[in-house]
Amino acid sequence: MQLHKIALAGGLAVAVSIGGAFASSSKPAVSFGTPISEADVAAWDIDIQTPTGKGLPEGSGTAAQGKELYDVQCIACHGEDAGGGAQYGSMVGGVGSFVTEKRKLTPGSMYPYAPILFDYIKRAMPMTAPQSLSNDEVYALTAYIYALNDLIAEDTVLDAASLAAIEMPNKDGFIVDDRPDAAATRCLENCE
Amino acid sequence: MTEKQTTLQPISRGSPEKYTERMALEEGAIKSSSRRSFLSGAATAAAAATVASTTGAIAAPLDVQPSSKSMGRTTVPNGYGLPSKFEADVTRNRSDIFVNKQNFSDWSMTPIQHQQGIITPNGLIFERHHAGIPDIDPDAHELVIHGMVKQAMKYSMSDLMRYPSVSKFHFMECSGNGLTDWLSVKSDTVQQTHGLLSCTQWTGVPVSWLLDEVGLDSGAKWLLFEGADGSAHARSIPLDKAMDDALLVFASGGEMLRPENGYPLRAFMPGWEGNTSVKWLRRIKVSDQPWHLRSETARYTDPMPDGKWRQFSMEMECKSVITNPSGGMQMQGPGMYEIQGFAWSGLGKINSVDITLDGGKTWRTADLEDPVMDRCLTRFRYRWNWDGSPAKIASRAVDSTGYVQPTVAELADKRAIVGFVQHHNGIFPWAVSESGEVTNAIA
Ligand code: HEC
Repeated sequence: MQLHKIALAGGLAVAVSIGGAFASSSKPAVSFGTPISEADVAAWDIDIQTPTGKGLPEGSGTAAQGKELYDVQCIACHGEDAGGGAQYGSMVGGVGSFVTEKRKLTPGSMYPYAPILFDYIKRAMPMTAPQSLSNDEVYALTAYIYALNDLIAEDTVLDAASLAAIEMPNKDGFIVDDRPDAAATRCLENCE
Repeated sequence: MTEKQTTLQPISRGSPEKYTERMALEEGAIKSSSRRSFLSGAATAAAAATVASTTGAIAAPLDVQPSSKSMGRTTVPNGYGLPSKFEADVTRNRSDIFVNKQNFSDWSMTPIQHQQGIITPNGLIFERHHAGIPDIDPDAHELVIHGMVKQAMKYSMSDLMRYPSVSKFHFMECSGNGLTDWLSVKSDTVQQTHGLLSCTQWTGVPVSWLLDEVGLDSGAKWLLFEGADGSAHARSIPLDKAMDDALLVFASGGEMLRPENGYPLRAFMPGWEGNTSVKWLRRIKVSDQPWHLRSETARYTDPMPDGKWRQFSMEMECKSVITNPSGGMQMQGPGMYEIQGFAWSGLGKINSVDITLDGGKTWRTADLEDPVMDRCLTRFRYRWNWDGSPAKIASRAVDSTGYVQPTVAELADKRAIVGFVQHHNGIFPWAVSESGEVTNAIA
């Protein structure tokens, strides 16, 4: 492959320019990147900082608009009213289930911050055509799924501000890694 | 169980006698009546034997193998070597205990019961993807680093491969390894219980070099690593990890990555749960805080008591498992067996591995085979003289931080073992029955 040849030529160039005396684990004094402006990264810059909603784009949508899109683009895999379908289980309900023996994980019960749903639909759904939805469409689908989860009223218009303002039931549900938690001892004889 | 039953390696896998006979039968060179000459030959040879075999068997007179009496296959002029056709059962298998409703967001598991030494062949490295496996042209692939940086930069694959590179031996393990077998027996084989584990030599460029190049703004603390696949899988990584030892990897085991393992470029986070080593890497964004995406809240989190969830549990804690003998194997009668297995820790080197033969009442120390490397699979070996009575065998590893691999009970004491539970590093026992059958004994 062509890449290997280029890499070899580059390696020689570096060795020569530094005179051969460099630690091979240290950063070389070279830069092979090409500068790019933030504006030119825009098409890839899809992430949302979900606790604050930073990155949520302009646009808006309602649950009614979302249902229309859902029934065409999502229902085959996720089922009617997001109740579970051919490729994925239910996306509705589950609040309160985490203290039982059967935790039900849905966007409503599990996501601590509401913009997570926007971020995920925008980056990954519909699975057959990811990153094909407009921002208005993603807001509408987000409104539809949160309305099914009784987190917003049917007629709420979701946009950057109203989405970030939704209080999620599981917002205090997480603890940050505190391991090691299990304290085992190295017993060799007469162990339990 | 989809896999056919495996017999123990030292006895029947690769044993020349069995290989010849099986191969000969396939070639049609030996009629099944050749068993007769085996019996009559044994009697003659018995009288002459001066050094007895442990098994008491006496070999029959040798026939010249068909392979010695014929020409082999020609060398393929421009080929890629493949395993022998007699190894066709050694495959990476789709998760078949936890069966996903589709196979685009799915995983497949390494046959570690067949792995010799610490290096996983490239075609057997476990893989997990969230929207299928893309086939990306390296000449079209680009990586962008932007966000809280002095100057955002774009790199082509040939740009990245112009840098000096580093190669490191490390294991990689999925946080979901073992999730089917916590409190009840679900799996038959160690491939099903522990096969989201692989180890190889990874080659690439330290992330820190490129972060130095773009220049970080003050206040930069977290990085988003994002893939170019249909799921745009992404994880928030603390800056410390990126500066410490994170790699941008383009090769493993001596060649460019396989498509299912991230070709042409992936992140690699030594010692951390596999999904942080984002495959098909297209973007690194620098920020002052983590993103809390679905992949780090609704997924890859640990259920805890009182309905809580533990988040950002990145390090894969110290763990070990016996791969031989292991579930689905059949002992060939009493005698000496080498217990073999792997031990590893995401926090350092393996210091010791203990073996129990009596279900945890007594433990004895196994041999660790060199090399013993940081956050790498370590091979342990222990010679066991099986007397033919039922046994319950397991391994327990201790790493260089002093952490002792716990039992499931010790883990369950702190965590909630309910549903889809990640980070199972519990001691894993196998039962050996009087008839020599080896089975999963987690519960
Ligand atoms: C081809 C099948 C398919 C289609 C079509 C599809 N999805 Fe999905 N969806 C999936 C699968 C499979 C997953 C789980 C993926 C994973 O966990 O990696 C998923 C996951 C999700 C999730 C995450 C649920 C959770 O509990 O966190 C959301 C939200 C979602 N899809 C929304 C949508 C929307 C909205 C559409 C239509 C625009 C859509 N999906 C179309 C298959 C599909």
